[in-house]
Amino acid sequence: MLRKIRLTLAVVCFLLVTLLFLDFTGTIHAWFGWLAKIQFLPALLALHVGVVIGLLLLTLLFGRVYCSVICPLGIFQDVISWISGKRKKKQYRFSYSPAISWLRYGVLVLFVILLVAGVNAIAALIAPYSSYGRIVSNLFAPLYQWGNNGLAYLAERVDSYAFYSVDVWMKSLSTFLIALITAVILFVLAWKNGRTYCNTICPVGTVLGFVSKFALFRPVIDTSKCTGCSLCSRKCKAACINFKEHTIDYSRCVTCMDCLDTCKHDAIHYQFAYRKAEPAPISEPAPTKPDNSRRGFLSAATLALTTATLNAQEKKVDGGLAVIVDKKIPKRATPIVPAGAISLRNFTQHCTACQLCVSVCPNEVLRPSTQLGSFMQPEMSYERGYCRPECVKCAEVCPAGAIHPITIADKSSIRIGHAVWIKENCIPLRDGQPCNNCARHCPSAAIQMVPSDPNDPESIKIPVVNEEKCIGCGACENLCPGRPFSALYVEGHENHSMM
Amino acid sequence: MECKNKKEINRREFFKMMGAAGVASTGLAACSDKPTDTSMQEVPTGQMTYRTNPKTGDKISILGFGMMRLPSVGGRSAREGNEEIDQEMVNRMVDYALEHGVNYFDTSPAYCRGFSERSTGIALSRHPRESYFVATKLSNFAPSTWSREGSIEMYNNSMKELQVDYIDYMLLHSVGGGKDSMAEYRKRYVDNGILDFLLEEREAGRIRNLGFSYHGDVKIFDYLLSKHDEYKWDFVQIQMNYLDWRYAKQINPRNTDAEYLYNELAKRHIPVIIMEPLLGGRLSNVPDNIVAHLKQREPERSVASWAFRFAGTYPDVLTVLSGMTRMEHLQDNLRTYSPLKPLTEEELEFLQETATMMMQYETIPCNDCKYCMPCPYGIDIPAILLHYNKCLNEGNIISSREDDNYKKARRIYLVGYDRSVPKLRQANHCTGCNQCSPHCPQGIDIPKELHRIDDYIEKLKQETI
Repeated sequence: MLRKIRLTLAVVCFLLVTLLFLDFTGTIHAWFGWLAKIQFLPALLALHVGVVIGLLLLTLLFGRVYCSVICPLGIFQDVISWISGKRKKKQYRFSYSPAISWLRYGVLVLFVILLVAGVNAIAALIAPYSSYGRIVSNLFAPLYQWGNNGLAYLAERVDSYAFYSVDVWMKSLSTFLIALITAVILFVLAWKNGRTYCNTICPVGTVLGFVSKFALFRPVIDTSKCTGCSLCSRKCKAACINFKEHTIDYSRCVTCMDCLDTCKHDAIHYQFAYRKAEPAPISEPAPTKPDNSRRGFLSAATLALTTATLNAQEKKVDGGLAVIVDKKIPKRATPIVPAGAISLRNFTQHCTACQLCVSVCPNEVLRPSTQLGSFMQPEMSYERGYCRPECVKCAEVCPAGAIHPITIADKSSIRIGHAVWIKENCIPLRDGQPCNNCARHCPSAAIQMVPSDPNDPESIKIPVVNEEKCIGCGACENLCPGRPFSALYVEGHENHSMM
Repeated sequence: MECKNKKEINRREFFKMMGAAGVASTGLAACSDKPTDTSMQEVPTGQMTYRTNPKTGDKISILGFGMMRLPSVGGRSAREGNEEIDQEMVNRMVDYALEHGVNYFDTSPAYCRGFSERSTGIALSRHPRESYFVATKLSNFAPSTWSREGSIEMYNNSMKELQVDYIDYMLLHSVGGGKDSMAEYRKRYVDNGILDFLLEEREAGRIRNLGFSYHGDVKIFDYLLSKHDEYKWDFVQIQMNYLDWRYAKQINPRNTDAEYLYNELAKRHIPVIIMEPLLGGRLSNVPDNIVAHLKQREPERSVASWAFRFAGTYPDVLTVLSGMTRMEHLQDNLRTYSPLKPLTEEELEFLQETATMMMQYETIPCNDCKYCMPCPYGIDIPAILLHYNKCLNEGNIISSREDDNYKKARRIYLVGYDRSVPKLRQANHCTGCNQCSPHCPQGIDIPKELHRIDDYIEKLKQETI
C-alpha cells in the first residue's frame, strides 16, 4: 500500500515536472510551476528558507521520500531500473554494498566549495534537478516539439488553429552533449545498480542522508521474523539493506517501500522507530562522472555560417523571394541576462542551469552560455528573436532566484543592456536605402532618426540611441535588416537598473 | 538523365490517359437520361465562345490563358517561394486548354521570376504555330533594361524563349505607373525610340498586333488614345471587373473606373483585352454573405463564374485573361465560357449591387500579381496582405478586446500568420524603403499597409488592442 502511494505520487510528480520542461505554451506552469520551486537545490539557492526547512523536516519525519517522489532525476533512474528489472532473472539483481563515504562526502565538500566560490556552472553538472532539466530540454523536448509540429501540420490541413508549429533548434551543442553524457551515465548506472548516483554522487542525496539517518519513520527489520532469505537486499535499488546483519543504512535508503512488499515473511515494516543503523566502513570504487570536456565542445560549437552579405538587389522580374542570410551572434563584451536577474553576479550565483527558462522562452532568445564562467547558464541573444515586452515567462518559472519575478509593467522599465550602433552595417549608409525599422520598433522610444549629414537636413537618416532610455530588449538588433551582423547590437549590463 | 526523361514521358502519358478517361466517363454520364451527380462537372468541348479581331480576323477564344500565376513544383502556386515552375503541369494545362478551344496565351519577360516565357514556349511549341496566339510584352521593371539595346535584346529574347518568329500580340507593359507616369512612359518607350522600333516590327509582320497594358494614371491612357490615329493601337489591355467597373476610383483615387476605360476604347472600336477579371482571386474568395448572395442566384455556378461572365458580356472585349494555377481553375473557366452566357441588364445590376456590398469590407486591393516582388529585404509582401484580407473576410479582424471573438480571432490571426509567412519575411522586417510601391499596378502604398498590419499584430501580441 505504502509502495503504491509512493509510486502514484512519484509518477504524477515526475510527469508534471517533465511537462514543465516540455510545455512551450506556459499553460502547465500556471498550475504546477511550484513543483520546480520545491526542488531542494534551487530552493536553497533562492534562499526559500521555508521550502528548505520543510524538505528537511519531511526527511526527518519520513526519510528520503524527497528522493523517491519529488526529485525527477531519482524517478527517472527508477524508471530505467524498473525496465532493467523486467528482463528475465533480473528482478532481484541488487545486493548490499557498503556506503562509499569518502566519495559521498568528498563530492559534497567540493560541491559546497564551488557554490560558495560562485562557480555554480560546474557545481550544476552534478546537481540532480538541473541535470534532469538539461536532459529533458535537450533530449526530450525536441521530440515533443517535433510531435507538436506534426500535429500542427495536420491541424493546418483541417483548418484548425489548435496547434501551432515551433522551431526546433540546437541552442548549445556543448550543453546538449553534457546532457547526453549525463543521460548515458545515469542510464548505465541505473540499469545496473539502481540508485548508485543518488548515494555516491548526488550532493542533495548526501545532505538529506544526514537527516534521514535520524528519520522518525523508516523501514525496520523484525529479526524475530526474518529468515535471512536475502530477498529484500536483492530488491533494494539503494543497496542499503544488509540482510545478514538485519540492518538498513538509513542515510542511503530512499524510502521506496519496495522491500516491504518484497518480504515474504512480513519481517519489514515502515514504522516509528528511533534506532541508528551501523554504517559499514569498507568501500569499493564507484564510477565517477566526468565533469568537463568543455573545451572540445566549445570549439565544435562555433559554427561557420555563410558569409554572403545582403545587398539591395535590382528588380528585373516579378515574384520570387530574396535570400535571407542568417544572422550571426555578435561578440558581446558583457553577456545579457533577463530582466529580473538584478545583476550578472546574482544571476550566476543562483542559477543551477536547469534550462527551465530556456525551455519556456517563446522568443528563442534564451540559450545556455558557452562561456566558462557561466557555462550552461542561460544568456540572451537576439539573432532569432527579441525579448518581447509582453513576456515575463523566464521570471515566472525560475525556481532558483536567479531571475526574480517581475511584472510586465516592470519589464519595460528595467535596463538589462543598451544598444550600440555599428555604422558599417547600417542600411541607409551601406545601401543608400531609407530604413527606420529599429526606431519604429523600439518599445521604449530610445531610438530616433537623424540626418546622417548634420549640415544637410535632407540627407538620408540614421538611427541614434538614447542609452538612458534603452532597455536592451534587442528589438532593434533582431529586426535590423543588416545581415549577417545587425547595425545595432545590445551590450549587457553588469547590474540591471530601473528607469 | 535519360532515365529521368523516360519517367517524365511516362508520367505525361499517364496524365493524358487519365484526362482522356475523365472526359470519356463524364461524357458518358452526360449522355444518359438518368439523373446524374456530375452534370455541372462536365467540361464541354467545341463550345467555346470566340471573338473576332477586326483587323486580322483572328478568332480569339473569350478565355485567354494568363501565364503569370503558373504552378510550381509541389503543387503550390509559385507564390510560396523560389520553387521551379511545374513544367509537366503547365504542359498538361496548355494541352487541355487548347483541346477545349482556348487559343490565346499571355506572358511577359517578367512573370514567374522571368521563367514564364520559357515555360510558355516549351508548352506551346509542342503544338502547330497556327493553333495558338501568343502575347508578350516589353516589360519595364529595371531601369537598366530601358536602353534601346536592352529593350531590343528583351524583344529578341522573347521570340527565342517562346520559340516563335513572330509575335501575335505585343504590349507595352503596364503603362501609367511611377510618380510621373508621363515622364516614365517617355523615358521607357519614346526617348529611346523603342516605340518606333515596335511600329517598324509591326510593319515587317513580326508583330501582328501592337497594344499596351495600362494601370494607374488616367492622363497617360487618355494621351495614348489621343495618339490612336498615329499609332493605330490594335488592342488595349485594361483591368476590368464588376468591382472596378464603378468603384476603382473609390478604392484608390489614383485609379480610374473600368467603365470609363472600356467606353473610351469601345468608342474608338479598339478591341479590349481584360486582365484581373477576378482580381487575383479576390472576386472568388469572398466573404460568406457575398457567397450566399451570388450562389442564391446560381447555386450550381462558381462564385468566380460571375466575374468571368461580367467581363465577357461586353461585346468589344476580345479575350478575358485568367491566371490559372490549377486545373480546376481552368475547368471552371471553360465551363463558364463554353459557351458564354452574357449577363442580362438585370444581372449586371445585381452584380453592381454585389460590388456595393463588397465595398463595405476594407480589404487591401492586392491581387497577388507579385509585381512588387522580390522585396530586396526578403519580405513576402503579397502573403502578408493576403493573410490580412483573409482574416478580414472571415471576420477575424478585431477592434477591441471587448469583441466577442477576441480570443479566437487573435489566435487565428497570429497562428495563421506564422503559417502563411515565414517569421523572417513578416511585416516587422519592412524597412520602409518603398522600392516596392512604384511597381504596384493597384497603387497600394505597400510600406504604409505593412506598417499598419505590423502595428495591428503588435497590439494583438501585447494584448493592448
